[in-house]
Amino acid sequence: MSLCAVKGFQWLRQRQCVLFSKAVCVHQLHSSPGFTDSCYDGLYPGHIHTTPIQKALLAVGSGVAALQNPYRHDMVAVLGETTGHLALINLRDRMKNDPEGYTILTERPRIRLSTLDLSKMASLPDGSFGREYLRFLEDNHVTPDSRADVKFVDNEELAYVMQRYREVHDLLHTLLGMPTNMLGEVAVKWFEAAQTGLPMCALGAVLGPLRLNSSRLQSLFTSLGPWALQNGRRSRCILSIFYERRWEQNLEDLRQELNIEPPPVILSAANKRST
Amino acid sequence: MAASVRLLLRLSHRNINVAAAGGSARPGCCWGPTGPSSCRCFSDATGDRSTHFGFETVPETEKAKRVYKVFENVAQKYDVMNDAMSLGIHRVWKDMLLRAMHPQPGVRLLDVAGGTGDIAFRFLEYVQSQQERQKRRAARSTQTPSWQDISTNYSTEDEDGPQESKAVVCDINKEMLKVGKQKADSMGISAAGLSWVVGDAEELPFDDDQFDIYTIAFGIRNVTHIDQALQEALRVLKPGGRFMCLEFSKVTNPVLARLYDTYSFQMIPVLGEVIAGDWKSYQYLVESIRKFPDQEEFKGMIEDAGFYCVHYHNLTGGVVALHSGFKL
Repeated sequence: MSLCAVKGFQWLRQRQCVLFSKAVCVHQLHSSPGFTDSCYDGLYPGHIHTTPIQKALLAVGSGVAALQNPYRHDMVAVLGETTGHLALINLRDRMKNDPEGYTILTERPRIRLSTLDLSKMASLPDGSFGREYLRFLEDNHVTPDSRADVKFVDNEELAYVMQRYREVHDLLHTLLGMPTNMLGEVAVKWFEAAQTGLPMCALGAVLGPLRLNSSRLQSLFTSLGPWALQNGRRSRCILSIFYERRWEQNLEDLRQELNIEPPPVILSAANKRST
Repeated sequence: MAASVRLLLRLSHRNINVAAAGGSARPGCCWGPTGPSSCRCFSDATGDRSTHFGFETVPETEKAKRVYKVFENVAQKYDVMNDAMSLGIHRVWKDMLLRAMHPQPGVRLLDVAGGTGDIAFRFLEYVQSQQERQKRRAARSTQTPSWQDISTNYSTEDEDGPQESKAVVCDINKEMLKVGKQKADSMGISAAGLSWVVGDAEELPFDDDQFDIYTIAFGIRNVTHIDQALQEALRVLKPGGRFMCLEFSKVTNPVLARLYDTYSFQMIPVLGEVIAGDWKSYQYLVESIRKFPDQEEFKGMIEDAGFYCVHYHNLTGGVVALHSGFKL
C-alpha cells in the first residue's frame, strides 16, 4: 500500500513539478537573500524541476544557442544535462562497480579553488600530476571555478556525476596533454565522447572540427583523433579516479594506470590564438 | 495514493484550489481564482505580514528586495525577452495604450515602473506627430501666406513644442533605468522632454497634482502594496488627470486559457534560460501574473483608491487588460 502511495506520489510529483516544488517551500517563511540558499525547492541546491516538455525545449534551445555562440558555456552545460540521462546512468553504474569510484560517490569530493591547496601543489616535483595540473591552469589561464552548477538533472546522484564530469574536464586536459585551444578541446571531446557516451560530447566532437583550419583538421583526423578515440574506449573510467588523493603521483604512472597513451603530437598553449 | 492525498490536504490550507487528487495532472498550473483580496496577504504565527512572491510566500519586507534582484538580473536582456516571449505582441499592446491615451502636445506624463522607457518613447513620438499634424492644419488654414510667414510660424512653434510635453520615467531599479537611458541615446531621442528618476511606486518623489497622465505598464503586479501605489497615483495626478494601467490579467476563454497557461509555464522559463541564462526570474514572472487580481477586482481596487469612471479593455482575449480611471 505504501509502495503504491510512493509510486503515485512520484508520478504526481513528476507531472506537477512546478506546483509541488513551491509547496515544499511554503512553511519556510524566513528571509533568504538569494533564490537558492537555505530554502531550495529541489533535490539539491540549484535544482530546478522541469517537465519532459520543458526538457525537450531546453535541449533544442540550448543546442541552437550553443551553436550560434560557442562561448556560451551555460548553454553547452544545459544541453549536456537535458540529453545525458542514459549516459549518466551508465557512468554512475560504472563508478559503482569500481572501488575507487564507489568511494567518490559516497564522499562526493568537489574540485574548487577553495578545496585545492595550491601552494602545496606548486611545491611538488615536476612530472607529478599535481604540478602538471597547476602548470596547465597557469599556461592556459583557466580556473577550476568556472564550471556551471547542475540544474536540470532530476536525480541527486546523477547530478553529482554530471558535476564531477565537468570538474574532471580540466584534469583530463592535463592527463591527455591537450591545451585549451580549439584543436585541444576537440581532441578532449572525442576522448570524452568515446568514454562517456554523453550526447553533448558527441555533438561537440562532430561540430567542433568545423571550426578548425585545414592543417589542424589533418592533424586531428590522422593522429590526434584516432588516438583520442582509441584511448577513450580502452581507458579506465576517468570519473572513478580520486584525483584529489593522487597529486603526488607521477603523471606517466597515472597515465599507465588509466591505460592512456601519451599524446602523439605535442601541442603547446601558445597555439591558442590561431585555430 | 494516501501520501499524495495527505500532501494535497496540506496544500489546501494555503487557500489554493488544487486539481482533484489523482486526477490528470496538467503540465501547467491553472490555479483557481485566488479568492477575495484578503488572502493575498496573511499573517503567520509570529505576526509578520507575508505576501506572495510568485507562488512562494515571503515576508513583505523581503518581496521588494527579491523583485529588485529579478529586474537587476534581467535588465540587459529585458527587451529581447519581451519580444521573444510575446512574439512581438507587447509592442501592439503598448501602441494600443498610446492610442487610448491620445495625448495632446503640452501634457505631462509620469510613467512609473517605466524601466526601459518603452511607453515614454512612444509618448514622445505620438506627441511629436500630433504637433506636426497641428502645424500642417494651421498652415492649411492660413490664407495665402507668404513663405516668409510660414517659416516664421514653424520656427516659433518649434521652440515651444518639445519643451511643453514632458515625460518622466520613474523606476525603482537603477539597472532598468540605465538600459532605458542607453536606448534613448542610441535611438537619438532628444533629452529635452525626457527625465529619468529613481523612485518607489508606493512613495513617489513628486509633489501633489503634478501630472496629466500616469501610466504603469506591466509593473504594478510587482509592487508589494498595490493600494498604496494607487493612492500615490491619485496624489500626483492633477485634477482631471488620467490613470492608465497595462497589466497581465485573466483570460476568459477556457481554451485560450489552457493554451496560455501551457505556453507560460512550459515555454517562458525555457526562453529565459536559453536567452537570458536566468530560469528563476522568468518563473517568477509567470507566477506573479497568476497571483495578480483579475480585471473586475483590480477595477474595484482602482475605484477604492478614489478614481472615477474606471473602465477596462481586454487585449488579446484577456491576456492583457488596459485599466483607466480619472481623478476628478
